[in-house]
Amino acid sequence: MKRTVPLFLAAATGFVLIVASFVPAAGSWGKYAVDWFNILAALAFVLGGGSLLSQHLKKISDQQAGWGYSLVTVVSFLATLVVGLGKFGVAPPTLHPDKVWAGDYKEAGSGFSWIFDYLYTPLAATMFSILACFVASAAFRAFRAKNVEATILLVTAFIVLLGRTYAAIWIGDQADWLASQVVDPAIWHPYVTGLRLDKLTETIMDVFNTAGTRAIMIGIALGIVSTSLKVLLGVDRSYLGSDDR
Amino acid sequence: MIDVLSNLDRRWVFAAMFVAVGWPILSGVRFKEEPSEGVRRVFRAIEDLPEGSTVLMALDYDPSSQGELQPMASAFTRHAAERGHKIYFMTLWPAGSPMIERSLRIVEQEYPDYVYGEDYVNLGYAPGLEGAIKAVVDDLRGQFATDARGNSLDSMPLTEGLRNIQNMDLLVNVSAGDPGAKQWVQYAATPHDIAMVTGTTGVQAPSLYPYIPEQLDGVLGAIKAAAEYEQVLSVAYPKFAESVKAQEGLRRMGPQLVAHLLMIGLIVVGNVIYFVERSRGPGGRR
Amino acid sequence: MNENNRVWWILFLVGGGALLVRAATTEFGKSYARDQTVYVTVEGGTAEVDAVPGLPTAESDAAHPDAARWTRSLAADPGERDDPHVRFSWADTIGLWCAALLTLAIFSFLFGDNPGYRLAEAIFVGVSAGYAMIAGFWEGIVQLLLAKLIPVATKEHFLPGLEPDPRWADDWARYQSGDLGYVAAEWAATTLLSLVPLVFGVMLLMRLSPKGGWISRWPLAFFIGATAGLRLIVHFESDFIRQIQATLLPLIVFKEDNSFDLAQTLANVTIVVGVLSSLVYFFFSKEHEGVFGGVSRLGIWFLMITFGASFGYTVMGRITLFAQRLEFLFDDWLWIIDPLQRRAGL
Repeated sequence: MKRTVPLFLAAATGFVLIVASFVPAAGSWGKYAVDWFNILAALAFVLGGGSLLSQHLKKISDQQAGWGYSLVTVVSFLATLVVGLGKFGVAPPTLHPDKVWAGDYKEAGSGFSWIFDYLYTPLAATMFSILACFVASAAFRAFRAKNVEATILLVTAFIVLLGRTYAAIWIGDQADWLASQVVDPAIWHPYVTGLRLDKLTETIMDVFNTAGTRAIMIGIALGIVSTSLKVLLGVDRSYLGSDDR
Repeated sequence: MIDVLSNLDRRWVFAAMFVAVGWPILSGVRFKEEPSEGVRRVFRAIEDLPEGSTVLMALDYDPSSQGELQPMASAFTRHAAERGHKIYFMTLWPAGSPMIERSLRIVEQEYPDYVYGEDYVNLGYAPGLEGAIKAVVDDLRGQFATDARGNSLDSMPLTEGLRNIQNMDLLVNVSAGDPGAKQWVQYAATPHDIAMVTGTTGVQAPSLYPYIPEQLDGVLGAIKAAAEYEQVLSVAYPKFAESVKAQEGLRRMGPQLVAHLLMIGLIVVGNVIYFVERSRGPGGRR
Repeated sequence: MNENNRVWWILFLVGGGALLVRAATTEFGKSYARDQTVYVTVEGGTAEVDAVPGLPTAESDAAHPDAARWTRSLAADPGERDDPHVRFSWADTIGLWCAALLTLAIFSFLFGDNPGYRLAEAIFVGVSAGYAMIAGFWEGIVQLLLAKLIPVATKEHFLPGLEPDPRWADDWARYQSGDLGYVAAEWAATTLLSLVPLVFGVMLLMRLSPKGGWISRWPLAFFIGATAGLRLIVHFESDFIRQIQATLLPLIVFKEDNSFDLAQTLANVTIVVGVLSSLVYFFFSKEHEGVFGGVSRLGIWFLMITFGASFGYTVMGRITLFAQRLEFLFDDWLWIIDPLQRRAGL
């Protein structure tokens, strides 16, 4: 019961979806599966919230180190929930002025949009922005031309970093000017414009990056096809966990 | 000197980054952009559609990547509205709904003739990751009971006969990761042959190039492409050259240049340290 | 006092001092809002909306008898503050300062872990979980689940725009006319098949209970199975078949006027060679030596170029996000720069 039903469920769902994409008659089965999948994805946020809450409440009740921060997390979580569910400061829809609970939960000027604009946005944006500094520090410490491969990587990175800014245009213009002092640009220009850093970056992206990424993509695709098959055929059961007899 | 640098506290590197990014912002330095062919391709995908074409605008990003992607979303919105296309907004990210609101504000403020429900509509957030794409591709009504404002889809001309997105003239996607551009290519553009362009973060952009041009018409990768797009747009429509709001990406290229130079400088210095220390041999640090 | 604490104090004093100096010499960090009163009359399914600037007055109320009324507070630029309907907004000003201080708190992590950062992090965790749950509820659970499971209540309270489909249009009409009670109408209108995702959902939430955890494997298995089914098809088509197709390129290209196209020829050859050699590198079932080893080494070089390009793009992206935060501090909070001319004429 604990293992057979889940195995059957996974296989049945997967194969229904596979069949549905080839056999139009099975399309409605596939639609149900996708609809339920999407509802479960929405419910997963509730699960996430619930598990966050239980984790931090335990930390608080045990008075573990740093339980004060857990308290802050719990309070901000619950406050966001209450404000969002209560739709404070939200106007009703114009067609139904009597339905006070039917307005847009994220309406500008509402309590929930205050939380989004002044708490969530700065925190999320800044959290990711400080990675710029860590990338810089890591590059300074670890990005070394130790061998041919690393040197290729490094040179490509330089070209792209320069090629995607005004520096490439400036360097290209200077080189053009210098060269035109010696030879008539009409003769050589068509042959070397491709070597300007901005053009070179485009070539790297369109040709070399496309080739390398495509190989990786093909490899990953094969990997996903085989893991999916393993899951559907019940060969890979790791998602069931191991705490079961 | 080498010893000082090799033992440099990383906080000095952070400080240098603050200066490299902060100074150009304060000085407001700006540079000209020469749009690349890839960006022109994306521009043409929207520009060449006949007026009144249907465009699905999937804005799959949140505040954590707004610095890169907001300029793209704004430029796409302005361009589509300028060309008189019918725009359907939606997002696969829970925090994407407020991002859509920003684009809606652009439409409301800059295109007062655009009527909600007739020229543009906001379908809102669709949960389900890639499942949501699968749903809107096959049966949109199963995914959206109403639009994001609670209006019945049958009550608006734009959505009245809309059953799925397979007949959209163009799919415009702004993507910060998964689910996003890759999944739109896999679940919508490839199987149903829907024309698609995307604007993505720098992290994601390189991984999308293999789809061009068969499965994807073009990619805007990172802020540089956003700036170039704004540039093409302001050449084609001079009113955008006058509008400071339509130049967020162009403005951000100043700090970009200085910070890139700093990065290159750091890597060069790092390598100089490495080679000097290596030439001193093992345990050769004096 | 150790070295770190000394630097903290210096940072605090210098930062605080700079703020004080700025406050004494000029203005910054203020937010403004524009009030609007909305009068709505609904007749025959269409709404007549009149948005009057400012808070409601006796005159504006008198001009809209029988209208529903609410007020809205819209963001206004500081440059508009001479407008009589624009006022200083405490809520938005406090919000702006919260945003600025939280931004600084996250930045402070660059100097070292500290209580300010930990506080900001704790708020972030709570708010983002709460946010996702609310978005998931209003735009997911209500739209996808409740609209089918309890359509009458959903239409009555949350989604008045919900269009009754033929299955329950009748029940809804009878409920509206008072023919059918609330519960009876709901029972008649519900789509029982929607119970499946609800049951799955409840089983999923059992994960939170200490004993019933195993029940959550059912919905989880459904989820995994569906993911596998969906991904198998699309990856095979879009990332395998179509990628191989796209690599079958002409190795000699002529332009439309029949002249030899050197650039495109080189590009095509490079792509084909690059894809094949990189694939050879990924092929681990055979020893990488001899010709095979040489090709695989070429493959590594292609991959290195790919990774180098990715690195460049990643750096570019991170820097932009960083620049946007500094812009926020300098523009919205400190009013040092004004790229959007929001404080023009101040």
